[in-house]
Amino acid sequence: MTTPAAHATPADIEAYLAQHSHKSLLRFITCGSVDDGKSSLIGRLLHESKMIFEDQLATLADESRRIGTRGGELDYALIVDGLAAEREQGITIDVAYRFFATTKRKFIVADTPGHEQYTRNMVTGASTADLAVILIDARKGVLTQTRRHSYLVSLLGIRHVVLAVNKMDLVDYSRARFEQIERDYREFADRIQLGAIACIPVSAVAGDNVVAASARMPWYGGPPLLEHLETVSTAGPSEASAFRMPVQWVNRPNADFRGFSGLIASGSVRRGDAIRALPSGRGSTVARLLVGATDVESAIDGESVTLTLVDEIDVSRGDVLCAADAPTEVANQFEATIIWMHDQPLLQGRAYLLKVGAKTVMATVSPIKYRINVNTLEHLAAKRLDLNDIGVCGIELSGAIAFEPYRINRALGGFILIDRLTNDTVGAGLLHFALRRSQNVHWQALDVNKSARANLSHQKPCILWFTGLSGAGKSTIANLVEKRLHVDGRHTYLLDGDNVRHGLNKDLGFTNQDRVENIRRVAEVSRLMVDAGLIVLVSFISPFRSERRMARALVESGEFFEVFVDTALAEAEARDVKGLYKKARRGELKNFTGIDSPYEVPESPEIHLDTASMSAEACASRVLEHLRLAGIIDTGTASSVTWDI
Amino acid sequence: MSRLDYLKRLEAESIHILREVVAECEQPVMLYSIGKDSSVMLHLALKAFAPGKLPFPLLQIATGWDFREMLEFRDETARRHGLTLLVHTNPEGLQAGVKPWSHGATYSDLMLTQALRQALDQYGFDAAFGGGRRDEEKSRAKERIFSFRSAQHRWDPKNQRPELWQLYNTRKSRGESIRVFPLSNWTELDVWHYIYLNEVPIVPLYLAKKRPVVRREGRWIMVDDERLPLGEHDRVESRSVRFRTLGCYPLTAADESTADTLPLVIQEMLSSRNSERQGRLVDHEGAASMERKKQEGYF
Repeated sequence: MTTPAAHATPADIEAYLAQHSHKSLLRFITCGSVDDGKSSLIGRLLHESKMIFEDQLATLADESRRIGTRGGELDYALIVDGLAAEREQGITIDVAYRFFATTKRKFIVADTPGHEQYTRNMVTGASTADLAVILIDARKGVLTQTRRHSYLVSLLGIRHVVLAVNKMDLVDYSRARFEQIERDYREFADRIQLGAIACIPVSAVAGDNVVAASARMPWYGGPPLLEHLETVSTAGPSEASAFRMPVQWVNRPNADFRGFSGLIASGSVRRGDAIRALPSGRGSTVARLLVGATDVESAIDGESVTLTLVDEIDVSRGDVLCAADAPTEVANQFEATIIWMHDQPLLQGRAYLLKVGAKTVMATVSPIKYRINVNTLEHLAAKRLDLNDIGVCGIELSGAIAFEPYRINRALGGFILIDRLTNDTVGAGLLHFALRRSQNVHWQALDVNKSARANLSHQKPCILWFTGLSGAGKSTIANLVEKRLHVDGRHTYLLDGDNVRHGLNKDLGFTNQDRVENIRRVAEVSRLMVDAGLIVLVSFISPFRSERRMARALVESGEFFEVFVDTALAEAEARDVKGLYKKARRGELKNFTGIDSPYEVPESPEIHLDTASMSAEACASRVLEHLRLAGIIDTGTASSVTWDI
Repeated sequence: MSRLDYLKRLEAESIHILREVVAECEQPVMLYSIGKDSSVMLHLALKAFAPGKLPFPLLQIATGWDFREMLEFRDETARRHGLTLLVHTNPEGLQAGVKPWSHGATYSDLMLTQALRQALDQYGFDAAFGGGRRDEEKSRAKERIFSFRSAQHRWDPKNQRPELWQLYNTRKSRGESIRVFPLSNWTELDVWHYIYLNEVPIVPLYLAKKRPVVRREGRWIMVDDERLPLGEHDRVESRSVRFRTLGCYPLTAADESTADTLPLVIQEMLSSRNSERQGRLVDHEGAASMERKKQEGYF
């Protein structure tokens, strides 16, 4: 057994306690449908680890006889279902926490309700769990409830799942049945990207594979449930993750001490470390680090500490202290998943209080992008979220916060929504990423606008977006077009791929990710230039349709002209003006468009230039003709003075 | 999973809870019952706010039947840490002269439940820390760490707020209050283990010593003063006893024991086959009695 015998000496006890104090703690939830045998399973785990005392056992035996649902046999549900209403109805309403320990680990079990109407209680239990045990009745297989619970487990980022296929005694310990259920489950689990799954055939009532391996299922080669729970490695945040601590409380006992107290959310901190306070961004250095009244050299994630800084910078509750060289993002608009937990629906545009870390701000949800049918995983259009609905939404805060995506950091990415009138907790959510248009930059309204600038220069601003393979002739044609526009007195600017990569984008390479960013920046610069009233010529390979579409979406309709410089790969390669194709063929250039990186041909460009049948001059004329037809430039010259030489 | 071992993880969680209340609530108080759980809770609170002093007072509900050693320990603790200590006794109960042995449930309702409500109302506390643990009893196992009470101090177990991650919603309407349980996730063994490792002072009644006791309904009751009525057949004996849990002395049964050091106490606990509340006579009034008492405002 796990505890010292009754005749142990004080020295034995001290040795036991020394060993005991280095145990790790595993928090797990159990979930499943009604009658899947959850309570029996927990009852057996508690009973076999000697956590049910004799007086409790006597009460249980008495209650089992009077109000049990097991025909007088010990009804373990009566141990976990502690509320009168639960015992009356024979169902679990709220999450119950139970505790047990073995020689290897300490455990906190959150027994969570199966009914959909008590989802918020299940989520409460799941939010702090390292692992989930999902029960299935071997006779019934994977049910709607199984899928719902698994989805929530995946959503909340519980990385380890045990599928306990229970009541194997009632299917004659059939291997075929177990394997069928395992196949069904894994197929669904793949679709929701569930983490590591262990499938274990058990009988909680008969005791098979709960604590001891079952002799009746010799075909099962894995460990019994308890052994799995004792040994599963639930690696936490890596030691390499950067220091983050939400400031919970400012400790100012006297004029000489100003400490910032909080629980370290990730990473570690040492005396002398450079830190940065967010969202202000002000930096300082850790002067002292205290656990209680004791000064320490360093502290790690999970510890509640107080630290003081060398400089008198303004830090208050809700700010986040970060490693100076790795601050979190700061933003006020996000995409988030919201789990709605109240009878009154979530409405777009209504203001709620949002609490994340130690910070509470006002928040409005807009738009609700879609609601998720948890059973089919379909995305459904929605204008509101009702009780137990899960939706993906945009969310805007009254002020900027320091945050991290939930999947990276629960403490800086998980939030609750509070109703301002009733003070109820009405929703919970997970921050995914900051929306690009936030980043704490507010739009400044300006009096001189795009049309005012355009009127001054007698032209309509626009983007001519030249796309095509390397060596197709984009720059040559664009250059000719610009020269002619210039002669006409138009205000223009040519953004050339090679040139921009020497400056604005010199930090980018040629991976798909960098290509996307390359185009994003150029598109944004083009947009600013259109706003300034210019005709912008962009000459970029821009191989992906989605980025060209993104660039088009930045300006008003009619301001974007996609010019496809259509040259066959063989022809471009034969020209090879810069010698790049040869290099790429030799393998010296990676991710070269047309060779080992795709070029997505425009589907309906405004202007299609076939360079095989047209000279560069002819192509330029075609472009200018198109601009005249589109009303970008008038047929005469733009300037008010005509130079007739 | 955290890299910390489990006692450090529990300690950090409790300190986080204590700080959250002080940061967000207007007038917190700590219910101080003088028992081992209160000792640990106080120790954690002192750590949470160091090097400053405790930013809230302690409140003890005295029934008039507390063990004398508990009151001495209480006063000594308050003095040593410079704490603000409030002691409240229900004046109606005193006037009515209710006795623990003759008034049963009425006694505990008047002297504990009602007394607590009076004190919370009188001082206007909006948050009260209690040392309750989820492993104590099955309705506690269902209770949130931040547990809401209506203006009538009632707990509504079917309508508890969701409580996700370590995010606690402390907002409440006028008249409502919160009971906060920083030790929710601790077990009895954790508490003893922590006391042992951190040398947390506890009332000596937890350690075995020869004490005057009398047999009542198969249990040993300590004769702490001359007010305990003795029948003609009652024989006061001196026996080596200790207490696993502490309350009003006439209602708290002692266990015969020779465990006079912490390791021996822990050893006894590990080999015990009974839960700690078994020593409390007041808890054995029907299966859902604790839930009912909590709904009425008991801690």
